Amino acid sequence: MADQAPLICKDIYKTFAELEVLKGISLETCKGDVISLIGSSGSGKSTFLRCINLLETPTSGDIIVHGDPIRFTSNRKGERIPADNKQVELIRAKLSMVFQSFNLWSHMTVLENITEAPINVLKVPKKEAIERAEAYLNKVGIYERKDYYPAQMSGGQQQRAAIARALAMEPEVMLFDEPTSALDPELVGEVLKVMQSLAEEGRTMIVVTHEMAFAKDVSSQVLFLHQGVIEEQGTPAKVFDNPDSERMRQFLAPKF
Amino acid sequence: MFDLKGYGPELLSGAVVTIELAFLSLALALALGLIGAAAKLSNSRVAVGIATTYTTLIRGVPDLVMMLLFYYGGQVGVNMISDYIWATYEVDFFFQFDPFIAGTVTIGLIFGAYMTETFRGAFLAVETGQVEAARAYGFSQWHTFRRVMIPQMMRHALPGIGNNWQVLLKTTALVSIIGLTDMVRVAEEAAKAERMPFHFFIPVAFVYLALTAGSELFIKWLDKRANAGVIQEN
Repeated sequence: MADQAPLICKDIYKTFAELEVLKGISLETCKGDVISLIGSSGSGKSTFLRCINLLETPTSGDIIVHGDPIRFTSNRKGERIPADNKQVELIRAKLSMVFQSFNLWSHMTVLENITEAPINVLKVPKKEAIERAEAYLNKVGIYERKDYYPAQMSGGQQQRAAIARALAMEPEVMLFDEPTSALDPELVGEVLKVMQSLAEEGRTMIVVTHEMAFAKDVSSQVLFLHQGVIEEQGTPAKVFDNPDSERMRQFLAPKF
Repeated sequence: MFDLKGYGPELLSGAVVTIELAFLSLALALALGLIGAAAKLSNSRVAVGIATTYTTLIRGVPDLVMMLLFYYGGQVGVNMISDYIWATYEVDFFFQFDPFIAGTVTIGLIFGAYMTETFRGAFLAVETGQVEAARAYGFSQWHTFRRVMIPQMMRHALPGIGNNWQVLLKTTALVSIIGLTDMVRVAEEAAKAERMPFHFFIPVAFVYLALTAGSELFIKWLDKRANAGVIQEN
């Protein structure tokens, strides 16, 4: 089992109260895949991403991380919940997430943000965690900011620090939830450049994005979500240049 | 040197009682406040109900009434229990409900209710993204609470804790009415005996002032530490 799929999602459904947001989404990754999830707001793409690391619990469907299926049970109200919190914590440590609004811990310096989870969750020795953090900070180009607090940096720098935090977990899969949507247009480029270099290194990434150029040039696979289902799926060339779906053509059409 | 007419040592030991009482009640109030806030924010309807009853009750009754109720009522309660134990098991169980315990428990309970509200607001003020990031990186609930919730909550809670502490410190003066020989009680006796109210109450006022001023500095220092990483907007 040398080349096990890092992540498999089977038939994910998610219902909030009465609202059915996801209606059976499946996804299979190979190592090194960069999968872009695109679609309009409310299509369910962010919810799907949040189901993968169980920030939302899917109403039904399976999630298998590197051959390890997440176990579920139900609570007294009959809602589905993860059966084993320890398992969820272990799986989350393998799927690091980069958030739209960075969510760096504001009371910790950049370096502390990056070493916190490796030291306390992965039990990496402190010295090694610091070396690792410094290497990744170098990689994302903000080594000299390591002793700053998040609030002392620009949005682009914060997001790059957040990417370094994700990298320091040496995860199976990196999950990006609209990583450039909260940034000034001028700062989007520096973050996308870092993400592109990660893709070229062969890291497995799932990216929810509105950056069509990124989806087209960097991803190996594109999923277009519409009203909770995958409306169109395939290589960027297929999805962008020759889509089957009418809805996809409308989505791509120039707006003005 | 200021002549305290031989009451100096007594006043000093009274001041020590005041300080001990204040710190013990503060510890109790902080513990009750954290438990109360956790209960109010929990999903359990029973816990929310108990915590709400507690804060509503305490905040609606004057401190003085509460103090008298606990002191005299507390003794009657202990007596009833010891009578019952004697009648059923023939075991002699009795203790004097000491004014120090009554004072600490009463003040702790009163300020626990205020601290509950302070902590509840502070926990709600922590951005959800901060907690979500902790969960997404595999932190256990306890680790999230200790490393993310508590330090971030403290930023919002400290000003409230500081206020409560100052009021608490002054509320300790109430224990003189239940017979505890704190600083105020000693000063009152001395002032009556010597017919020199200014002579004894003014030094007492200054001791309170020194304590509150000192704690204000300490709280400022704590606040600065807790707000590391926050850009102050002026």
